[in-house]
Amino acid sequence: MKTDRNTNSDGITLTRRDALRVGLYGAAGLMLPSWLGLKLLPASAPAEAAAAIPAPKAKAVIQIWMWGGPSHLDTFDPKPDAGKDYTGPFDKPIATNVDGIQIGQMLPLLAKQADKLAIIRSMTHGINGHETASYVTQTGRMPGGRDVFPSVGAVVSLKKGYDAGYKGLVPPYIVVTAPQGRFSEAGFLGLRYKPFATGGDPNKTPFAVEGIVTPGISPQRQQNRRQLLHALDTFGRRMKGNRLIDKADADEREAYEMILGDAGKVFDLSQEDPALRDQYGRRSFGQACLLARRLVQRGVPYVTINYKGWDTHKQHFPAMRQKLPELDVGMSALLQDLSDHGLLDSTIVWWGGEFGRTPKVKWDAPWNGGRGHHGKVFSTVVAGGGFQGGQVIGASDARGVEVKDRPVYPWDLIASMYELLGIDPDGTLPHPQGKIVRLTPSAVDGVKSGGRLREIM
Amino acid sequence: MLIIAAIGASVAMMTAVAAEGPEARGADRQRPAAETDGNRIDELVFGKLKELGIEPSALCSDAVFLRRVYLDVIGTLPAPRDVRGFLADKSPDKRSALIDELLERDEFADYWAMKWCDILRVKSELPSNLWPNAVQAYHRWIRTAIRDNMPYDRFARELLTSSGSNFRVPQVNFYRAVGQKKPQEIADVVALTFMGARTKSWNAGRRAGMAGLFAKVGYKTTAEWKEEIVYFDPAGELLNPTTGKPQAPVLPDGTEAALSAADDPRVAFADWLVAPENPWFARCIVNRIWFWLLGRGIIHEVDDIRPDNPPQNPELLAWLEKELVGQAFDLKHIYRLILNSRTYQLSAEHTPENIDDEVNFSHYTVRRLGAEVLIDAICQITGTTESYTSRIPEPHTFIPANQRSIALADGSISSPFLETFGRPPRDTGYASERNNDSSPAQRLHLLNSTHIHQKIRTSRKLGQLIKRAGRRPQIVRALYITILSRRPTAAEEKVALAYLQSDGLNRREGAIDLAWALLNTKEFMFRH
Repeated sequence: MKTDRNTNSDGITLTRRDALRVGLYGAAGLMLPSWLGLKLLPASAPAEAAAAIPAPKAKAVIQIWMWGGPSHLDTFDPKPDAGKDYTGPFDKPIATNVDGIQIGQMLPLLAKQADKLAIIRSMTHGINGHETASYVTQTGRMPGGRDVFPSVGAVVSLKKGYDAGYKGLVPPYIVVTAPQGRFSEAGFLGLRYKPFATGGDPNKTPFAVEGIVTPGISPQRQQNRRQLLHALDTFGRRMKGNRLIDKADADEREAYEMILGDAGKVFDLSQEDPALRDQYGRRSFGQACLLARRLVQRGVPYVTINYKGWDTHKQHFPAMRQKLPELDVGMSALLQDLSDHGLLDSTIVWWGGEFGRTPKVKWDAPWNGGRGHHGKVFSTVVAGGGFQGGQVIGASDARGVEVKDRPVYPWDLIASMYELLGIDPDGTLPHPQGKIVRLTPSAVDGVKSGGRLREIM
Repeated sequence: MLIIAAIGASVAMMTAVAAEGPEARGADRQRPAAETDGNRIDELVFGKLKELGIEPSALCSDAVFLRRVYLDVIGTLPAPRDVRGFLADKSPDKRSALIDELLERDEFADYWAMKWCDILRVKSELPSNLWPNAVQAYHRWIRTAIRDNMPYDRFARELLTSSGSNFRVPQVNFYRAVGQKKPQEIADVVALTFMGARTKSWNAGRRAGMAGLFAKVGYKTTAEWKEEIVYFDPAGELLNPTTGKPQAPVLPDGTEAALSAADDPRVAFADWLVAPENPWFARCIVNRIWFWLLGRGIIHEVDDIRPDNPPQNPELLAWLEKELVGQAFDLKHIYRLILNSRTYQLSAEHTPENIDDEVNFSHYTVRRLGAEVLIDAICQITGTTESYTSRIPEPHTFIPANQRSIALADGSISSPFLETFGRPPRDTGYASERNNDSSPAQRLHLLNSTHIHQKIRTSRKLGQLIKRAGRRPQIVRALYITILSRRPTAAEEKVALAYLQSDGLNRREGAIDLAWALLNTKEFMFRH
């Protein structure tokens, strides 16, 4: 369909109206790509501030969000000497391809990729409630005050997406598969910066990406319906020239570009070699990792894999025997594949949840071998994008209860990632009421800091 | 497989339909729109338009009015029988009779409670952290106040002066729905809510003086989980951030509140606020109602009232203020005045002369349906429900399947649909939080998501409608009434029939496609 722009208006009217709109909405508003395109915010980040940080190493982030909080002891911070009440059945950590680094015995494939990993064993914020801990780990801000801050994904979609002239046909911030809801708030940045959640299951064929791929409706029927819709959109035609109606028309054209055009092909995993798909594991998580690589390859700057099932209060160990191999296969394949495609150097892989889990196992009923929430110390792993692999940062104490040395707070990690992405952590965010708000908190916000992760950058 | 020739026919028909012109086939062109019937709103609005040389649009047709007033007053689509009844009704005052009827509907309370909960930031989680039990109690109180048409001065007074438990005296949650329970932030929220003022635009002394009025708001927890008592704490004190000395409570008009140590300054503030001669209080609310019904405030934005943001029509605003005070703060009186005006009942369709006007009310302002209203409308048409739950924070909230989205109490309980369509996060109380802009993501969702496809395809209600209607022309008419709340024009009926009769498409599939198409028209997506 051709792009028909206000053909019924005469030139003079258009000019006058355009001038009016520019006055009202800002000249930039007319140019910006309209993905999730909603409220335009005042421009941010003065140029001189941006010059203060080194040239970007990373172009994109793949966040593996371990929803619910994975046990640090059973993954990247094993404590074999703490006794069965701490280790449970996982008391034999394994060596990795880096001398001196051991990880949990359920992650043998990741052990072979340890040279790519920076394992932070001293993450801390001390919060044990999901909602607050998620907010803090995803935004780098403590709650309080009237502002709700944007998540890292929203900030990256602003700074590396819309503000950086992102022209991709798919949105710059994508969540696979289920939206994180309140945990991925765009905060005061607003609707435009919320992620596009794919929905569906990437391990199914076809992968029914919400809104893009609809099983049961053939392309021909889509076309027929589209024509019917246009024929019946009588009100829309009479309203042509109205700013909001014209915007809705433009949005519809973009949407059909995704449905019927080429933009949606990025989600078609059947274009990949079946052997590679096998390597990722024929599970939803593995195929989500593969999709993340495809998206990053096409320039999407932020992908979250919303990986559920880690809030294991009860029957923790049987759950881990199921989940950890799935994680191991998918994530190790992702690291290898990113590396094979030459993408690892420019892509940060960020693995972690909102907190760890209690080191001491609750053997009694109703837990029957469960682990609770533990925010005092937990592990997070980063790889690629300028982070040095084969490293361990910080340490927890003998039983994994407290930080022993080199505390890393969520904002320390987030500021480090921003720096690698070429986003000034001390720069400002556009605020709808014009408040001066920095990307990451500083001493004036009264937060403790362990400093950015200089040792691995 | 559909025969392409049939589509060719419908495309040819497009031209015919387009050529048909404005909605005008109805009653709307019978009288000059600029007539006023002695309605003061119309005199003031049309007087201003005349001054500016802008011709108002025509009056809207009965069908357009019906759909508009349902959506604007009760956030709900009219049922097919309401449409048929209204269109058949011959009485000359049927519009105002309908307005009266809608103002008494249960959905009126649901819909306006939702709007108030946006302003009052009613949600369990950040940044308000009201928590689930208190949210339910607070929402119920707000909804009841609206249902019973509590005078607005009393509504404000109760929110501002109550003390007690967040579970048992729900009004006290007003003071809990702030990020930091500190006098300055409370003062900022109070000014925003009831005065439509952003204290950042005030000078520092005035802002601090107002904070002084809330220095004695105390909070304490109890042994009951998540219970919090809000009370008058005579020992409470605020130090002025610049002088370091205790801050005296000063009313926003500059008078120092004369208080003894035993007086609760909140009461002094409430007395000042709701006094009939106080210009802030009535102005803020009549302007909000105008904005809610007409899409733009007389002062815009509605929560940015300050001397350098003057009203577009000062006489109109002053007159509405006077009406509210004169009727003992009866908000429904204001709704009635506005809804019965010809100004409100103008067509949304612009003329070449008034197309540029976005601020003088020369035509009705189209807006995309808000998130909750839109999904409720789709559910109503398809007879389906949405499922809402919240497992965090505890206690878990389970919501009955037939719950309408406009009646959701808790801003923290949401869905991907509501998020995509710009439901306000209830973080700040600013009116601009509700985002009714459209986006490609929204179009994708309506055009092609499994969510919407499922609703249409598996709808038993639509299935029955198709069966009952029987023949194809009847199906077309029934779908138009159900979805667009009007009858199809002859040209539209032809196009739809041509589609339904295309080869290779059975009756049901054709009808489903038609329902899908009507749901995706701008006529459906927008208030107009």
